[in-house]
Amino acid sequence: MKDKLLVTSSPQFHHPQSTASIMWTVSLCLLPAGVWGIYIFGMRALLVTLTAIVASVGTEALLGLINKDKTIFDGSAFLTGLLIGYNMPPAVPLYVIVFASVFAITVAKWTFGGLGANWMNPALAGRVFVFFSWTSGMTRWTLPHPGSADVITGPTPLGSIKSGLMTMADTITGPMDLLAAEGVPVSYMDLFLGRIPGSIGEVSALLLILGGLFLLIRKIANWEIVASYLGSFVLLVWVFGGFRYGQGLFSGDVLFQLFSGGLMLGVFFMATDMVTSPLTSKGMLVYGVGCGFMTYLLRFFGSVPEGVSLAIIFMNIFVPLINRAFQPDKFGKLIEEEAK
Amino acid sequence: MSRFKTFPKGGIHPTDYKEATCNKEVQNASLTSTAIIPLSQHIGAPSECLVQKGDLVEEEQIIGKSGGFVSANIHSPVPGEVLEIKKIFLPNGMAVDAVVIEVKGEFKRLGKDADLRDWSGMSNEEISAKIAEMGIVGQGGATFPTHVKLSLPKGKSCETFIINAVECEPYLTSDHRIMLEKGSEVLEGIQIMQRLLSPLKTVIGIEANKMDAVELLQSLITEKGLDIEVMPLEVKYPQGAEKNLIKAITGREVPSGKLPLEVGVINANVGTCLSVYEALVLDKPVIERVVTVSGGAIKNPSNLKARIGTSFRSLIDDCGGFSEEPVKIIAGGPMMGFAVYDLDTPVTKGTSGILALTSKEIKAAKPTPCLSCGRCVSSCPMGLNPTKIFKYIDFNMTEEALEAGLMDCVECGSCSYMCPAHIPLVQGFRGGKKIIRKKSMKKAGQ
Repeated sequence: MKDKLLVTSSPQFHHPQSTASIMWTVSLCLLPAGVWGIYIFGMRALLVTLTAIVASVGTEALLGLINKDKTIFDGSAFLTGLLIGYNMPPAVPLYVIVFASVFAITVAKWTFGGLGANWMNPALAGRVFVFFSWTSGMTRWTLPHPGSADVITGPTPLGSIKSGLMTMADTITGPMDLLAAEGVPVSYMDLFLGRIPGSIGEVSALLLILGGLFLLIRKIANWEIVASYLGSFVLLVWVFGGFRYGQGLFSGDVLFQLFSGGLMLGVFFMATDMVTSPLTSKGMLVYGVGCGFMTYLLRFFGSVPEGVSLAIIFMNIFVPLINRAFQPDKFGKLIEEEAK
Repeated sequence: MSRFKTFPKGGIHPTDYKEATCNKEVQNASLTSTAIIPLSQHIGAPSECLVQKGDLVEEEQIIGKSGGFVSANIHSPVPGEVLEIKKIFLPNGMAVDAVVIEVKGEFKRLGKDADLRDWSGMSNEEISAKIAEMGIVGQGGATFPTHVKLSLPKGKSCETFIINAVECEPYLTSDHRIMLEKGSEVLEGIQIMQRLLSPLKTVIGIEANKMDAVELLQSLITEKGLDIEVMPLEVKYPQGAEKNLIKAITGREVPSGKLPLEVGVINANVGTCLSVYEALVLDKPVIERVVTVSGGAIKNPSNLKARIGTSFRSLIDDCGGFSEEPVKIIAGGPMMGFAVYDLDTPVTKGTSGILALTSKEIKAAKPTPCLSCGRCVSSCPMGLNPTKIFKYIDFNMTEEALEAGLMDCVECGSCSYMCPAHIPLVQGFRGGKKIIRKKSMKKAGQ
């Protein structure tokens, strides 16, 4: 048995989590929300998601072949594909998804050096790329139609608000009123459970929160990012969100903003992407607050209804700066300061 | 939040696997027929060999004389004949001379009643000389010669004397068993060292997973009316690392590159206290120690009292051998211990454990690219940025690595343990430190 012993430098054993297990765990936590998307938007949603996954993993495999590098089993390309699929409207043309996936893997990930070296979240990069290239295809929303094959298009709640604000009557005091006046009424429960038009994987706030909580417990998602992102966004919406409806301070509709659009998907699964978020706790808090602030700005003052993807990409750009500004405190610093 | 104190920054919670041996009384290991005694079992200069091939030695005879200021005596653990003096590799990779002794003749002490001596009449110099003579070194793993540590430089005084009974390495329970079975002896050893150091305060730091030891020592202290505090600490690795333990107990941070004495602290391990007791009261040198033999591949994990020079193989056989094929054999704990390739490796003064681990336990994997997840940063007890330092070393940017605090790294292994990409961070830091030392030696030589 002598020649079989393994000799390595310490430490001699390891935490159970690995890159691959983290990627697959995140994918698993995303699954319930996708199943819900397929349930309310039909088999077309499944086709969209599968196309994104196949295109992403295929691109990764091809690039791996060229670089003689087997990286498709680490789960990162699968996760990117899954997230791209989740960020697509169910009725999007399939070639758009392929473009998004190829862009994400090739440009956003591999040109910068592959896994770990990309400066922005590949899935978001892919989504934003096709959003501005095929805007009409990317904004063709489908009304939920569980169990039926009739596909009716209709706007998302955030989209209705953006367009409705232009012609709003004086009696409207908040987004829920406005939606009712626009003829697309929803309840908070619809928003929370996901009985609304939207991207496949973003609609079910409930299932995304459950998956996200699991990631927090397993310490795969950092609570610093989740808490500061949600906290700053909620605070801004609550304090200033009422202005656009002619209301005063502290009257924003927090619940509506929380559960509509891609916020939950972004907060739990994309802002927390390890590669494109800061290293230290303090850095993560700053990054999260930045994400919350940018999401608020884009949603309330931007020209497109959604703001989460752009907000996160915007903050991704600052991560190297944040890392430089927020270094960990070295042990022994206390004494040096005392001596001064 | 825990009700116990700990160090604030970093730290990890590996599975501790201590239940395999923590309730097992220390057994005597079987006597070896040939003892292999390395002449360097401590930090500092190797001991000078005093014997030749063919010499007959007695049990407890000095065979290696302290070879410098920072060095220690080495005694023969068995009576017998010197077969040869050969080079062997220690688990840490060092090639050292070792005396091979075949057991022959009579044991001086074995099987006889202890003859207790009174040290209270001795002067500090005599006590210190005795500790040096008996070859006592720190038994927590660093193996720093104890008499050197206990001799305070002029103008320095010891405010807090800390007994390190943390034993934060997973699997290991030898210190735990020593406290439970030799509590009074340990306390007397502490009293001897208190005499030398005259500290304002003496604290025994124990992790809260050993509350039975805390209670036992506390009751012994109350009974004897000693001026010693027992402080249970929150369970967190690496609590037993010198600087982190000082931070946890006193709240003070030892500055980078400085010794604990800078903040008025002297540390000693529990096992060392027992050795000091044995040296002064029993007139016995360090010829044996308690070793935890454990791990998933060991049939019957135990704590064994083994003579220095006994082979790992013999101790593993005492535990019933292997229950399954081990992947790694480790000298020490799994976080900072060394993997050995040879079961004929002998037990030395610093061997706290022998672990035979299965592949299920070690969870090894090939390194993948860094994800910048920040786990190394949040687990580093020294407040460093391991991933950045590793990249500096990787790109041969040693100046930048130094600036980023490479030399502050205590090689506790927390970052490598947590790294989901399985990057061998600590190995990189060891390499980087070597390169830097070589460079500075070159500079000094010019």
